[in-house]
Amino acid sequence: MNSAEQQDAKNGLQHTLANGNQPSAQDFADQQQYLTFLMQDEEYGIDILNVQEIRGWGNVSPIPNAPNYVSGVINLRGAIVPVIDLRMLFHLSDSNYDENTVVIVLKVSTEKVNRIMGIVVDAVSDVFSLLPADKQPPPSVNRNFSHDFIEGLTEVKGKMVILLDSERLLHLENNL
Amino acid sequence: MSIDLSQFHAVFFEESFEGLELMEAALLELDVDNPDSEQINAIFRAAHSIKGGSGTFGFVQVSEFTHILETLLDKVRDGGHAIDADGIELFLQSVDCLRGLLEALQAEQEPDLQRANQLARVFQAVLDGATYADSSSQVNTNPPQDNEINEVLEPGPPATPEAENLGTVRQQIGFTIDFKPDTDMLKGGNDPVRMLRELATLGEIKTTLDASELPPLESLVADNCYVSWHIELITSCKIDDVEEVFEWVEDECELSITPIMADAPNVGNNQSEDAQSNSNAQAADTTGQRLVMPSGPLPSLDELQLPSPAVPKSFEAAHPIESPVQEAIKIPVEAKPAKAKPAKVESSSIRVGIDKVDSLINLVGELVITQSMLGQMGSASDSINEENIGHLREGLVQLEQNTRELQDSVMRIRMLPISFTFNRLPRMVRDISLQLGKQVQLELSGENTELDKTVMEKISDPMVHLIRNALDHGIEMPEVRKAAGKPELGTIALNAFHQGGSIVIEMTDDGGGIDTERLLAKARGNGLIGESELLTQDQKLELLFAPGLSTSEQVSDLSGRGVGMDVVRRNIQELNGSVEVSTEIGKGSTFRIRLPLTLAILDGQLVTVADQTYIFPLVSISESLQIDGAKVNNLAGGSDVYSLREEYIPILRLDRLFGLRQGEAVLDGSLLVVIESEGQKIGVVVDELLAQQQVVIKSLEDNYIRVLGVSGATILGDGNVAMIIDAVGLSSLAGKDIAAAKKLTDAAA
Repeated sequence: MNSAEQQDAKNGLQHTLANGNQPSAQDFADQQQYLTFLMQDEEYGIDILNVQEIRGWGNVSPIPNAPNYVSGVINLRGAIVPVIDLRMLFHLSDSNYDENTVVIVLKVSTEKVNRIMGIVVDAVSDVFSLLPADKQPPPSVNRNFSHDFIEGLTEVKGKMVILLDSERLLHLENNL
Repeated sequence: MSIDLSQFHAVFFEESFEGLELMEAALLELDVDNPDSEQINAIFRAAHSIKGGSGTFGFVQVSEFTHILETLLDKVRDGGHAIDADGIELFLQSVDCLRGLLEALQAEQEPDLQRANQLARVFQAVLDGATYADSSSQVNTNPPQDNEINEVLEPGPPATPEAENLGTVRQQIGFTIDFKPDTDMLKGGNDPVRMLRELATLGEIKTTLDASELPPLESLVADNCYVSWHIELITSCKIDDVEEVFEWVEDECELSITPIMADAPNVGNNQSEDAQSNSNAQAADTTGQRLVMPSGPLPSLDELQLPSPAVPKSFEAAHPIESPVQEAIKIPVEAKPAKAKPAKVESSSIRVGIDKVDSLINLVGELVITQSMLGQMGSASDSINEENIGHLREGLVQLEQNTRELQDSVMRIRMLPISFTFNRLPRMVRDISLQLGKQVQLELSGENTELDKTVMEKISDPMVHLIRNALDHGIEMPEVRKAAGKPELGTIALNAFHQGGSIVIEMTDDGGGIDTERLLAKARGNGLIGESELLTQDQKLELLFAPGLSTSEQVSDLSGRGVGMDVVRRNIQELNGSVEVSTEIGKGSTFRIRLPLTLAILDGQLVTVADQTYIFPLVSISESLQIDGAKVNNLAGGSDVYSLREEYIPILRLDRLFGLRQGEAVLDGSLLVVIESEGQKIGVVVDELLAQQQVVIKSLEDNYIRVLGVSGATILGDGNVAMIIDAVGLSSLAGKDIAAAKKLTDAAA
C-alpha cells in the first residue's frame, strides 16, 4: 500500500470511526469492519470478514421438518447452502419478502464451525469500522435465546447497532 | 542440474506398497515342499524394485534391509537354500517390517530400525547356515515391555535359565564415550547437544554430565564450554559410525571411545567356557577389540532383541553403577522409546488402466465432433424450419448419448477391482487362525468386481471385522468340527458380484452358526428386550447388530466385547448399503453386504409433493401405482394401510411427514410409490411422478445438519435444489404407522 492510499484509508477510518477520536497506528491495525443490515428498523452489524456475498431472495427449497426460521436451501453455484430467516430466529414480527429482501451469505471456518449459510434480512445498510474499545458488552439482564448471538453493542452516528456473533449464529447444532 | 526427487516419493511409496502386497500374496501361496520358481522370482523382483527405488531416493535403511532379504532370496532361487514354513513366516515378518519402515518414511518420521536390525541379523544367520526355525523363533517371542523394566530393576537370577546352561560369549553391545569439549568449542559453531542427539539416533544412550568445572556465575563466560559428558551408548553400530558423529570436532575436544563388551548367552557353541571365564571381566575392553556379528557363533534371542532383559543385565554386571545420578536416569533409558505407530497416510491417487483413459479420450473426441456439428447448425441456419429442427434434435440426442457415456467413463476411473481389499485378507486369516489354533482356508471369488474407490476404502474395515468374527466365533476348533462330522479345515468364502446397481459381497463360513436363542437371552439379560417380548427369527438375528451385545462367552483380543457389529452396520448404512445375515446352527452363517456402486451419482425418480420436487433413489422403489380407494383401510390411531397382494403396507404422506401442508387429502386416485427399506414395504403418497434421471448427490450436512428422511440433495436442471429421499430414514420417521401395518399383516398371515 503506498502512502497516498494509506492516507486515504486513514481518512476513511477517521470518517467512520464511531467515537470521532484521531486513530493511532495501533487502532488502524485493530479496527474491525462491520456490515450492517436492517431488520424491523433495528440496525445489526456482522463482521465483514465473514460475509461471502450478498444476493437476492429466491429459489429456496424447504428442508423437511426444519424449525420455522430455517427457510430452506439454495443452490450457490453447486453447493447446497441453507438459509435461515433471522427475523424469525429473533422472534421479530412476521416477515414478508419484498424486493429489498436480501440473503447475506456468511462463511465461517473455525475449529468449531465450518460452514456456509445464508441469512435473510430486510435490507443491507452500511459498512463501518470499529475499534474493539468501542464495543460494549451486551446487556446482561433478561438473557434469552436471541441474546446468545449478540457479540456486543455499539453506536454509529448516534444510532445503536447490535453486533452479531457469526460463529455462534452458524453453529447450528446449538440452535436446532 | 539437480532434480528434486521428493516429487517422486509418492509414486515410490505406492509402488513399494504394491510390491509388498505382491510379495505377501506370493509368500502365502508358495508351496513349501515344491516351490514354484516363478513365484520365488516374483518375490525376488518385488524386493529388488523396492531396494532399487529406496536406494535412488536415499532411504538407506530400507535398501540395506532389502539387500539382505534379496541375498537370501537369491540363494533360495538358485536352490542353494531351501525354504520351509518357518522361512515363509520369517519372510512375512520382513514384509511387515518393510511396510513399517516405508510407512514411517512416508509419514516423514524416523523409522524404527530395531525390528529391521533384528530381522537382518536373523537373515544373516540363516545365510550363514542356520535353519529358519532357530532364527525365526527368536524373533517371534517378544517379552512384554513391563516385565522388561521390572526385570532390569530387580537384580535376580538370569532371565533365562537355559541361557545360563548354554554358556555365554563376549559380545560388543556398545561404547562408552568420554567427551570433553575444549573450552572454546562453542565458538566454532559446534553444538555438543546436537552430537548427543545424533548419538541417540544410533542406539540407546545414557549420559552423565560432568559440570564440576563450571565456574561460579560471576566468572562464567557465556560462550565457553565448561562441561563434559560420560556417555554409554548401547548400539549395534560400528565404531566408525560413532566416530563420525564427532568428526567435525576431533581437534576441539578430548574424546575417547571404548567398546563395551558384555556376556551374552549363546546357543550351542563351543566357546562357552572361554567366554564364561571372561564374564565378570572389567568394565570396558580397553584393547578396543570388536566382535563383529554374526560371523562365528549364532547370536541368540537375547541380543537380537535389544534392549532385552538379558543384555542390560549383563551390561549392568560389567558396569557397576557408579553414581546415584546414573541410578536415577536408568529407568527412562531402559524403557523403550515410545513406538507410536506411524499414522497411515491415505493414498490420494489412483492408478487407472490405460484402456479406461483411452476410452475417455475417444469419448471426448466424439463430444467435440457433436459440439462442432451443433455449432455449425446454429450458425448456418438463419431461419428455423422443419428440417433444421429435425437435425438439431438428432444432434441433441447424440449429445445426450455422448454425455452419458462420458459420465460412465469418468465414473469407471474411480472404480477399482475389489481385490484391493480382498488381498489383505488371506494374510489376516492365516495369522489369526494360527493364533487361535484353528484350521481355516479362505476362498475368494469375484475379485475383479469393480466398485468405487471411496466405497472400497470404507468397506474394508467392516469386512475385516466380519472375517475376524467368523474366525473367532464362527469356525470351531478342529476337535469340535471333527466331532460334528465336519472336515477339520474350516472354510470362509468371500464372493463379490454385481447385482442391479449394487455390488454384493457375500461372506459365508461353515462354522457353528449363530445361536439366536443365546442372542435373545443376552439381550434380555442386558435389558435390551423385555422378558415378555416375543421376537421372530429375523428380529432375533437383528440383535446381532445391537450395540453392546456379544454372544462370545469370553472376551478375546479379537472380538467379544460387543462393539463391532453395530459399527459394521453403521458403516455400511453410511454408504447407503445394507447388511443381511442368515444362519443355520451347526452349518454356518452368511453375511450379505449390499452397496451402491458409487456414492456420487444416483438413478432417481423425480416426484412432486406440495409443489416441491423430491427424488426417490430408483433402487429403493419396488413399484408405483394408483390408489384404489377400496383397498385403503384406516386403522385406529389415524394410520392408513393399503392392501397390496395379501400384504398390508403402511401409507405415508410425505406432505405431512415433512410438514409441507396440512389437511385431509383424498387418497383415492392419487399416486403411491412403494419403496422397500430393510425388507419392509412402505407406500408413499406423491402428487405427481416426473421423469427418471441421474442426479449428482450433494451433501446437505456440509453446511447444515443431518435431516431424518433425507439422504442428501441435488441440483435440478432449473438450478433449484431437490431433496433425495432416504427410505430408511423415512421408515423411522413413520415408525408408528409401519408397526401398525406390520401387526396387521402378521395377524392376517
